Amino acid sequence: MSKKVLVLGEVRDGELRNVSFEAVAAAKEISSGGEIVAVLCGEGLNEAGKALIHYGADRVVLAEHSLLSTYSTDGYVQALLQVIEQEKPEGLVLGHTALGKDLSPRLAARLKSGLISDVTSLEQAGENVVFTRPIYSGKAFEKKVITDGLVFVTIRPNNIPSLEIDESRSGEVAALAVDVKDLRTVVKDVVRKASTGVDLSEAKIIVAGGRGVKSQDGFKPLQELADVLGAAVGASRGACDADYCDYSLQIGQTGKVVTPDLYIACGISGAIQHLAGMSNSKVIVAINKDPEASIFSVADYGIVGDLFEVVPLLTEEFKNVLVKS
Amino acid sequence: MNLYVILKRTFDTEEKISISNGEISHDSAEYIINPYDEYAIEEAITLRDAHGGEVTVVTVGTEESEKELRTALAMGADKAVLIDTEELDSSDQFTTSAVLAEFFKDKEYDLILGGNVAIDNGSGQVGPRLAELLGIPQVTTITKIEVNGTDVSIERDVEGDVEKIETSLPLLVTAQQGLNEPRYPSLPGIMKAKKKPLETLEIDDLDIDEEDVEAKTKTVEVFLPAKKEAGKILSGEVNDQVKELVSLLRSEAKVI
Repeated sequence: MSKKVLVLGEVRDGELRNVSFEAVAAAKEISSGGEIVAVLCGEGLNEAGKALIHYGADRVVLAEHSLLSTYSTDGYVQALLQVIEQEKPEGLVLGHTALGKDLSPRLAARLKSGLISDVTSLEQAGENVVFTRPIYSGKAFEKKVITDGLVFVTIRPNNIPSLEIDESRSGEVAALAVDVKDLRTVVKDVVRKASTGVDLSEAKIIVAGGRGVKSQDGFKPLQELADVLGAAVGASRGACDADYCDYSLQIGQTGKVVTPDLYIACGISGAIQHLAGMSNSKVIVAINKDPEASIFSVADYGIVGDLFEVVPLLTEEFKNVLVKS
Repeated sequence: MNLYVILKRTFDTEEKISISNGEISHDSAEYIINPYDEYAIEEAITLRDAHGGEVTVVTVGTEESEKELRTALAMGADKAVLIDTEELDSSDQFTTSAVLAEFFKDKEYDLILGGNVAIDNGSGQVGPRLAELLGIPQVTTITKIEVNGTDVSIERDVEGDVEKIETSLPLLVTAQQGLNEPRYPSLPGIMKAKKKPLETLEIDDLDIDEEDVEAKTKTVEVFLPAKKEAGKILSGEVNDQVKELVSLLRSEAKVI
């Protein structure tokens, strides 16, 4: 049975986030051939709208209002309710990002619907779509179905492959003037802390440091390696607690849960809380002086050695091969 | 200030997880207050000490959750409420938030605090859902909060960046790591907690029709991730190891 599915696209610093394309792919699976309508909130989003069409959306609604250029819970709830009222979708997909986590439960409560959060894969099973999501910090998984009403899910970035881009695809990109008012929370300022601009939760490659980096300066070689690879820098709780880096970099049970293609753990012992945040990464490299460190138990490749010797060599080697190719 | 903290008893995920009869085995598991909810309790106590008022901790669960409520009382909360939902046939975040909303319906609250996510189920839905059902604003993943009269200044973590927000009471916030350092219950605190009020409510005590809070989602399977094969520990001169690693990442793992 085909379903009309709505996808909320997310624009950051003028660019659509990858998770938005992944959300379109998820919507495609849920829709069983039904229409996929993408929504963007803000102003001047025509180009982003076209990109969503190229990635598989059939139509795009631009919910336009000056108050929507910055995210606010109230503003987005109001705008989306108006789009939902117009479109009457049977499915709704958001990214499981800071925005999606804040917005989706609120919207689900308003729509009196179920919500399956943090989905990492999905499959058809008869009439239903079955969604897989990690539980117990990734130590187990559950498969869930929506038993009643709207099929509403958020998807974890980096897990569901987006569809092939097809620039010949065309579809309507239409503005909808929405009414937004009485915002009860006002963003006064945003202090950028994420240093490289590569977001941890969406990064394809992460270079992470633990207590073994020994100081704030100790993160420099890691940052250099990350720069060569276009990677994000992360850290274990140990490194954050020791004030070697900001808590915003923390990966683990408390902190961020990440699933990059490549995770390079440097001087991280592999406490269970840290493993909870990264053990589902596709490929894990561990660099640690202690051959008994438990990080090696989840690593695909390990080098037993001093990170201050190994990491700079690795940076050089990557520079060499990446320049050649 | 009337402060409420919604908390959850969770499986300590440091525990080894196993599955029996298609469910996560709870035998011999250690239970704790969800770590993010501990930040919420600590912040509520700090705000009460600064502004006066009362901290009430509320949980939706079974009678086993009394232990975690007593711990919160021992940390310094004033009162506890256990909403026992054992008799409900099905339950998900829709259910829990609807039950909580019913509880809060006739309460006077200035600030409701919770963790931004529970480490067991990890969906982070109940806080924002409750805020919507109560018709109050929310700020999630907060790392700093200052209350001045009814004005509230907040810093929240947004994927590593810090967002500074102005809002006002009544309000619901969810705690992110970095908000504070939760205290351990002191021995006198533990003694005092035994005498603090802990009220238990059943579904029948609330104005709830079971059909109205029936879950909208269902878990059909629980499974453990496939065991990872032992990784490859490289050997030889460090220079050669590095070269081999880069080559393996390109040719074998194909991630670079």
